[in-house]
Amino acid sequence: MMRRLPMLATRYVFLTGGLVFVLVPFIYMISVSLKPQAYTFEIPPQLFPREITLNHYQEVLAKENLLLYFGNSLLVATVSTGTTVLISALMAYAFALMKFRGKNVLFSILLIGMMIPPVMLIVPQFLVAKDLKLLNNLLGLIVVYVTMNLSMQTFLLRGVFAGVPRDLLDAALIDGGNQWTLFRRVVLPLSGPGIAVVVIFTFLYSWDEFPWAHVAMKETAKRTLPVAIALFQRPDLTEWGQVFAMSVIALIPVLLVYIAFQRYFVAGISTTGLKG
Amino acid sequence: MSQLSVRRQVSAQTNQALGLREQRIQQRNFAPYLFLLPGAVLFVLFILWPMLYSLRISFFQWNIVKPETSVNVGVQNYLDALTDPIFQRSVVNTVIYGLITVPGQIIFGTFVALLLNARFPGRTLFRTLYYLPVITSWVIVTLLFQYLFNGQAGMVNSVLQSLGLIREPIRWLADARLVMIPLTLLGIWKGVGWTAVIVLAGLQAIPESLYEAAAVDGANLRQCFLQITLPLLRPTLVFLLVVLTIGAMNVYISGLLINRSGNLLNEAHFVLTWMDKQTFENFNFGQGAAISYLLTAIVFIVSFVQIRFLQRDVMYS
Repeated sequence: MMRRLPMLATRYVFLTGGLVFVLVPFIYMISVSLKPQAYTFEIPPQLFPREITLNHYQEVLAKENLLLYFGNSLLVATVSTGTTVLISALMAYAFALMKFRGKNVLFSILLIGMMIPPVMLIVPQFLVAKDLKLLNNLLGLIVVYVTMNLSMQTFLLRGVFAGVPRDLLDAALIDGGNQWTLFRRVVLPLSGPGIAVVVIFTFLYSWDEFPWAHVAMKETAKRTLPVAIALFQRPDLTEWGQVFAMSVIALIPVLLVYIAFQRYFVAGISTTGLKG
Repeated sequence: MSQLSVRRQVSAQTNQALGLREQRIQQRNFAPYLFLLPGAVLFVLFILWPMLYSLRISFFQWNIVKPETSVNVGVQNYLDALTDPIFQRSVVNTVIYGLITVPGQIIFGTFVALLLNARFPGRTLFRTLYYLPVITSWVIVTLLFQYLFNGQAGMVNSVLQSLGLIREPIRWLADARLVMIPLTLLGIWKGVGWTAVIVLAGLQAIPESLYEAAAVDGANLRQCFLQITLPLLRPTLVFLLVVLTIGAMNVYISGLLINRSGNLLNEAHFVLTWMDKQTFENFNFGQGAAISYLLTAIVFIVSFVQIRFLQRDVMYS
């Protein structure tokens, strides 16, 4: 007990010290988004703006279709996340709790999806999407995001579902439940924290993804936020104020999703067996 | 009866029940495939087929407009890639990136996790803030670092100058060797939060009773860490090593945007940014596909070696 207090103080000192490195870039980001353009590269740089303007925010709202891109991103990320949870939960249920021919082979094939660099698939994915009329179509982003997440999320949920007590499953089966009711009434309700992990990972992925959206959505009206932000980058005159205004707004939804689900996050990762 | 044998008996009973259940399931054997169907369709369309297609492309001088006129060149694309100095440089850069960012993330991530692994006021806030770089898009954080490491009046230059460490501003992003500093710092900065969460989950799985027993035996903090925490964390750390190494070899967006921002003469490429340039700028699709497969082969081999030599089960009864 005597040692408790100094220990706690040390903890705070180190955690706060580390946090300086984590947060200073973000403070700069917010600060530049609020500074008048003339101060973007003031010498010496000020961490906190001396003069505040909302100009950059007004410009990205008015001239840069911010709301449109925001809407695209939100739609794509939400639908991708919901669909991924559903489809990978179905697969995970089969792999964790059902017995069938070819199970191990199919599972190994699925795991290939975790090993390959996603970028190498872009050219052939582009050809498939073209044939299916999915280019310049937000559905084209959704199907690819769901697919790119399938392997990892199925792997995670399989670990979670394998931990559901057998007695509960057997009891439900004896009561005459079929696999679908077992899945919906027993396994899913017991897997909340694991599903929260899948929601966080998939939403982040879909909200932040750049390479595929960049190639597949050439029409301005179909851009997502990362594509729009990357397009600000120009060799000589990048509009940093606007870049960071848009970035600050792009950060809000992922932050909210993370805060909403983080209560279950660490506990959920334990149930997935992800830690090794 | 000891706890262990009770558990064994219980698990034997459940296994029996499980056998019964599996028999029931087997009678209606199409059900598992229905569960797999939606995922399987997507997987075949957007991963498996593209993988095979790009394997095929890698053996051709590929014509994207008229694929039927493509010329089969055998393994020439692979040979060309391997003997290309730009590709070789990109491999070296990627390996350096991995050698710095993987240990960096593991060391800082473990340190942060150890600090967060207790109940104290503000823990949730700290955890959220440390995770902030993880949830931010690579596009955003790369542009942010590009801004901070600006060659004239960037924040990093100003801080170093005011501390008297440098006299003239350093042009971080204009030199192929110097640019590795912002790139690796970005990789570590963005990954520490994720690593910490995984280590934290691993730490919470270590039974408190071990530490209590050690305290009774008079062990100090350092002994506890070396004798209990580290050995029991080993599977987690091996997992992180494998996953972070795969991630490091796939480093892409940061390199892509930083290379675009300056004139780095193809000397600062990572494997995937060079693959990107061959494919989307030089329209050399065969080369691009061959480079992808070379990288995949490297990833497989490195992961296999890491798992083979480091995975060891630790049992504390």
